[in-house]
Amino acid sequence: MIRINCPYCGERDHSEFSYGGDATINYPSLDASEKEWTEAIFFRKNIKGFQFETWHHSNGCRMWLVVERSTVTHEIKSVKPCHPNLQKVVENNK
Amino acid sequence: MKTRRLDNYGKINRDKILSFSWDKKNYKGFEGDTLASALLANNIGIVGRSFKYHRPRGIFSSGVEESGALVTIGSKDRRDPNVRATTQELYNGLEASGQNAFPNVNFDLAGINNYLGRFFAAGFYYKTFMGIPPLEWGKGTAIWMFFEKFIRKAAGMGSASRLPDPDTYEHAHDFCDLIVVGSGPAGVAAAIEAAEKKLDVILVEQDSLVGGDQLAENNFDNSQIKNQLENLGIKIMTRTTAFGLYDNCVVGLLERVTDHISAPNVNIPRQRFWTIRAKHIIVGAGAIERHIAFNNNDIPGVMTVNASKHYLNRYGVLTGKRIAIATNNDSVYETAQQLSEAGANVTVLDSRTNFEIETNKSFEIRKGYVPYNINGSKKIHSLDVSKSEDINKSETINCDQVLLSGGWSPAVHLLSHRGVRPKWDYSNACFLPSDSKENITMVGSSRGLWNKNDCIASGIAGTTDALNRLGISKTNYFFPKPGGWKNPIQPLYEVKYKKSRSKSFVDYQHDVTTDDVRLAHREGFISVEHLKRYTTLGMANDQGKMGNIIGLSLMAELLNKEIPEVGTTVFRPPYTPVSIGALSGRNVGKHFRPLRVTPMHQWNIDHGAKMIEVGLYQRPWYYPKENETLSDSYIREASTVRKTVGICDITSLGKIAIQGPDSSEFLNRIYSNGFSKLQVGKARYGIMLRDDGIVMDDGTSWRLAENEYFMTTSTGEAAKVMSWLEELLQTRWTNLNVNVTSVSEQWAGVSIAGPKSREVLNNCVDDSLVVTNNNLPFMGVTSTFLKGNIPCRIARISFSGELAFEVYVKSDFANTMMDLLWENAKKYDGCLYGLEALGALRVEKGHVTAAELDGRVTIDDAGLSKMASTKKSYIGSAMRKRGVLKNNDREILVGFFPTNLKETFNAGTIVCEKNNIKGQGIGRITSVTYSPELGHWIGLGFVKGGLDKWKDTNLVGADPVRNKQMNLKVVSPHMIDPNGERMYA
Repeated sequence: MIRINCPYCGERDHSEFSYGGDATINYPSLDASEKEWTEAIFFRKNIKGFQFETWHHSNGCRMWLVVERSTVTHEIKSVKPCHPNLQKVVENNK
Repeated sequence: MKTRRLDNYGKINRDKILSFSWDKKNYKGFEGDTLASALLANNIGIVGRSFKYHRPRGIFSSGVEESGALVTIGSKDRRDPNVRATTQELYNGLEASGQNAFPNVNFDLAGINNYLGRFFAAGFYYKTFMGIPPLEWGKGTAIWMFFEKFIRKAAGMGSASRLPDPDTYEHAHDFCDLIVVGSGPAGVAAAIEAAEKKLDVILVEQDSLVGGDQLAENNFDNSQIKNQLENLGIKIMTRTTAFGLYDNCVVGLLERVTDHISAPNVNIPRQRFWTIRAKHIIVGAGAIERHIAFNNNDIPGVMTVNASKHYLNRYGVLTGKRIAIATNNDSVYETAQQLSEAGANVTVLDSRTNFEIETNKSFEIRKGYVPYNINGSKKIHSLDVSKSEDINKSETINCDQVLLSGGWSPAVHLLSHRGVRPKWDYSNACFLPSDSKENITMVGSSRGLWNKNDCIASGIAGTTDALNRLGISKTNYFFPKPGGWKNPIQPLYEVKYKKSRSKSFVDYQHDVTTDDVRLAHREGFISVEHLKRYTTLGMANDQGKMGNIIGLSLMAELLNKEIPEVGTTVFRPPYTPVSIGALSGRNVGKHFRPLRVTPMHQWNIDHGAKMIEVGLYQRPWYYPKENETLSDSYIREASTVRKTVGICDITSLGKIAIQGPDSSEFLNRIYSNGFSKLQVGKARYGIMLRDDGIVMDDGTSWRLAENEYFMTTSTGEAAKVMSWLEELLQTRWTNLNVNVTSVSEQWAGVSIAGPKSREVLNNCVDDSLVVTNNNLPFMGVTSTFLKGNIPCRIARISFSGELAFEVYVKSDFANTMMDLLWENAKKYDGCLYGLEALGALRVEKGHVTAAELDGRVTIDDAGLSKMASTKKSYIGSAMRKRGVLKNNDREILVGFFPTNLKETFNAGTIVCEKNNIKGQGIGRITSVTYSPELGHWIGLGFVKGGLDKWKDTNLVGADPVRNKQMNLKVVSPHMIDPNGERMYA
């Protein structure tokens, strides 16, 4: 079972969270071309090793998180809020 | 028949006699017995019939690796098949019976299969697909389909009860610093060491007693160890199997709470499914003794050597009188001596020629001898043995029991669950665990240590390893070297027998013989994974605990390779079977998933509602009067709404509060239609697209104030929309100042629809001016009070196509609101209406719901192109224009009438062209209702090209599932009041 250390709630089972997706995508602006959007939506790298991905603490504080997780071992290196302001709050509280 | 129980042996409680039945006959045993020990004590040799050949089988072991004594326990709704008699504790009144035999295990008619063996060799059922040579008669699946039911019946295990399970099961959770699996010398040493170092320790033992293999020692005092552990504050979980290891040191365990009790308290669960999250795991799961493959090595009376030691010293049962022990290692000699001291006539056949062993010389040792054939069928008469160098020159030993020890396999299963491959150790002829990068340490004989002192030392070393890894200490430690016997083991997996029609078993439970392994090799299934699947070796519920290594060694020999080059199959959870009941726990029946009710749930029921489940929600379906059927009721309700007024509970809609200075901008980005110019006091219907341009959901948003909106979503998509909005705000548009809050539970909502709805509402609000057409025009919003000073929100929104309002109050006021509205609606001959009538009304209007917006439909497909703004960009605006979504033959929303207006049709009907009724046709029907307004059945659905292409063509509705077919015509989805005159009234 994957355990995720939510910066707000503490370490919890992955069953409290919903998987989001690739956290490294820079979504284009809304008026960007179909080609740019196609790249952003449909093209994904199939990483072996650590990747950044989003998780939603849907049965907890409802924070969206960036989780750095190994796709091979499920080892998690880091967890931080997606929102930069929340990141700052977490940093300041350390 | 005489009992085999010895007076001075065993730790059973002889003051407590238990009676039990085996195959409907009554027997006696003692407290502390297992079913297996009690059967052996009562001299019952045959306890089952084998899987394919229906050969008589006895008890092979004394533990979880048992593959012979699989029995059925209990009867009726508590009938539990495939229980290992060796781990089933005896209780008073236990009912047990043999399996896979007719009429019984002693005389089984299907025993004829034993002589038809060549038809049942490995892979025989795959070959039935190939047909019968030489003409491949019946090639394809036909012959298999024909024989399948016979084969399945003949090749079988016990059968489960078909009645509902009367027992309850529970899920439980715990945390600890260290979990120790196994309470043998190593596990106990590890637990004590850890508890003394102030770790919070859980010790898990699958047996009812702690002690592990020491329970087979004559002078072992179990209670002393138990007290010591308890005094240290260690939590001991007996009758609990750690069946699997998972990520992050999570252990899955099954606790058998009442399986050993004759009349359990109904208030406690039968089994408990534990999830324990530890910081470190120490596995001292022991090792499992292997048998040796040779002809007839499955005759009842064959057993592992260590099992017979358990039966003697723990249960006081001497399993044989004239015992032949075949071995290749030192581990059997203590047992041989004890059996001989207990009165058995013991002969040890040791395949090794050159070794020294100290014994009291009370039994004969034949060096260099191996067994090659057992004579007997239902019991052992004698054993043919031979000097290993010369298999032809043989002797026969008269005996009634043959004990086998082909070496020991460390129980590396749990580590294997973590993807750690064991490595082959030549000197000990076994797989040893490799080191894990995770916080898991193997100790005791599960790391290949054969003597007790080494096991204890390894337990302490294991805990030191744990403390180091947890950063508590930095202490050097070392593990004893694997091994520990005085003389080295000599590999011995199979003794070949030259005669034809011999059966030499590798995997007892699935009747896999050495010939099957050779056949697999001949036919090219040489990879371990193929071997396993072709022969079913290791696939029975013992999962190859005894036979796997023998199978591997045979394949290695055939390939002229070493065992590690052939590989090992990966063990997966569970270590021992876990019942479905335990997996589901309390999540059964009504508790299978959460149940959501609206705050006026009881009010609805009190007013005659029949309920229906929609997602997790219970919603009013229809409100029948007297003898009305569903159809009578919803048709009356829908007509009443069109004629006067009706009230419908719509609380299950998702509701989201959107607040903050950038709220308008936010909504303008997520909805396909414009929201930036929506005035305060107005609501708007909106459609949300996904990134890829497909419709996600629809709903309304009400502008309550400059920076505050109230959004409603569909019932089914409420959670998804909420997560989506949060994702956008937290990951993509982090500079927007918007806050979203789910308020679905906080507000209770109703729809009041029909030409008289305004009048009803007028009587219910404090200030009657607020709902006039001027003050509350179509899509107008107001925050006001119902009579009795109840704050409410009202929007003039219509789903039914009539003049209609949505009224929301805080959930606590739901019943008051219902009473008030209903009292006034009755004055106008109004009605309460449910989901069925709501559906009828919206289908008549051509309004889409989840049935249409199924995740494949674009805004254009749904006929809502005008909802797609051309003046702004929004989520999905680029992608909705991509080529495939603009195809001419997209399926477009239309209405359907039956050509013959008296005919009915159903949702799911496939729409086809008249002369081309096949496949997926040209469209589909998604929603169907009887239209009270039109007086016939109508439907909504999709057809390629839409109304323009088919409006004058007769199409056919094919409904192969219901064996129906009807002619259809395509009409506009807006089947009544297309200009909305009623809504704007």
